[in-house]
Amino acid sequence: MRAEKIFRRTLSGTSYVVMLLVAGLFVTLVVGAWPSIAEFKLNFLFNTVWDPVKGNFGAATFIVGTLMTSFLALVISVPFSLAIALMLGEYYRFGLFSRIVRIFVDLLASVPSVVYGLWGIAVLVPAVRGIESHIGVTPYGVGMFTAAIILAIMILPYSASIAIEVIKLVPDDLRSAGFAVGATRREMILNVVFPFARSGIFAGVLLSLGRALGETMAVTLVIGNVMQLPKTIFSPGNTLASVIASQFTEASGSLHLAAMIELALVLFVITTIINAISHQIIIRIGGEAPA
Amino acid sequence: MSATEIVPSTETMYRPRTAGRKAGNAFFRGLVLVLGLLAVAPFFIIMYHVVVNGAGAINWAFLTQLPRPVGESGGGMVNSIIGTLLIIALSVLLSVPFGILAGVYLSENKRGTLSSATRLMVNVLQSIPSIVIGIVMYSWIVVPIRSFTALAGGIALAVMMLPIVIKSSEEVLNLVPSGLKEGALALGVPYHTTILRMILPSSLGGILSGVMLAIARIAGETAPLLFTAFGNPYLNVNVLKPVDAIPLMIYNYAKSPYESWLKMAWGASLVLIVIIFLLNIAVRSRRERL
Repeated sequence: MRAEKIFRRTLSGTSYVVMLLVAGLFVTLVVGAWPSIAEFKLNFLFNTVWDPVKGNFGAATFIVGTLMTSFLALVISVPFSLAIALMLGEYYRFGLFSRIVRIFVDLLASVPSVVYGLWGIAVLVPAVRGIESHIGVTPYGVGMFTAAIILAIMILPYSASIAIEVIKLVPDDLRSAGFAVGATRREMILNVVFPFARSGIFAGVLLSLGRALGETMAVTLVIGNVMQLPKTIFSPGNTLASVIASQFTEASGSLHLAAMIELALVLFVITTIINAISHQIIIRIGGEAPA
Repeated sequence: MSATEIVPSTETMYRPRTAGRKAGNAFFRGLVLVLGLLAVAPFFIIMYHVVVNGAGAINWAFLTQLPRPVGESGGGMVNSIIGTLLIIALSVLLSVPFGILAGVYLSENKRGTLSSATRLMVNVLQSIPSIVIGIVMYSWIVVPIRSFTALAGGIALAVMMLPIVIKSSEEVLNLVPSGLKEGALALGVPYHTTILRMILPSSLGGILSGVMLAIARIAGETAPLLFTAFGNPYLNVNVLKPVDAIPLMIYNYAKSPYESWLKMAWGASLVLIVIIFLLNIAVRSRRERL
């Protein structure tokens, strides 16, 4: 009987450990960032200066960089991910073709971030530099635009695989009803499939946004590591994640270190909120949250 | 008079536009196919560059020698390969037994405040950017020990593996027929024996797939290792010393201005991608057999 009790306690104990772990991560960030939080208060989020010499730190430059690259990446990737979802969820739902394309979508998601970064440096940066000198902007090669392209490729499998699932969830009765009133495939998709699957597709896009916001290595390698507010989409800059990756070890002094940790805290809070919303939507429409 | 006014307007309304609608339909289908296929094109472009640039760098010496200083030609990545194996072994050891137990708890308690709170926390844990986990592990382990360690890297990756292991174990255990458990309990078998000797063994294959998937996901992680395992140009198997890892090596060489180091980064990328794809394919073929 005692062994049974211990076993049950151990099982429920794991739950408490998971919660403690997440709480511990959050508390550690708050405690580590405290000198900076106490010093700069809310102004930290709106201050564009990052000056270790004078001890004046603000996250606005990196928040703008993060939002700019992530939303640009969404704009680039959403049409493609919708197309993939319609291709595999509507036009070719079964068969060899759909299985093969699906495998490539999954493999795209499994390429490590740092390999995307290496490819970005060696192939994409020179290509973007070519485009930039062609259209007459300063040809840095590195910058927001390059980072956004890499991000778009990286997050595409996440929004696409959820969109495929929710499009498959559309009841066939509704599809047939659409065809029965004489709709073409296109009209049926636009008037039946999309309205039905809209919130699920949106959840998938949010989930991929969460990925883009926190993505580190590939962005760090191609964004240029410049501590200035980006002026155009071609400017070099930094995101929250990339500035931590490239400058955390150089933090000198406790306030500098605390400000760095506060950047991580800001990133944690933003991504957690975005992901929580998208999980709620997915649960509400009765789909499976991706493992 | 009024009737003749109405008739033309209904005619325009119901005039068949079949040709235009058919064309629109065909155009839409073409657009979907072109964009859909373009979306997987980056995969082939990236693989092309990795294979073309990486294949030339890989040979026996590359896989078995230590890196050499700048200027000397040759040198290898054996320190990173051993380091990656060491870190992954640590993270599997730390996350898998615990993750399976948590999966058992969630699958045994489908409802309830504690399990839904735990599921929420597992999702939160999964959504935390890897660089943030690196920062926290730096303050938890690196600062007290006063040294970058393989252990810290292993713990950081264990935290990243944990949600994947928990979720996949829960899913697999949910598939076990409840009659199996009820039968054992009806025969008077104690609860823990039922779980450990009947339920877990019957779903071991699925759980193993989940673990392999989790390893494939973390094997290429770089950000959590930057401030934990840190990197090390020498061979090290001591868990309390810094070690190198394949993704760390790629990052450091990718940043370098030397052509020969860039080539080694490509070689290491090819090695890493082959390992990850093999794990993925193994999981996929297991799933299809089940």
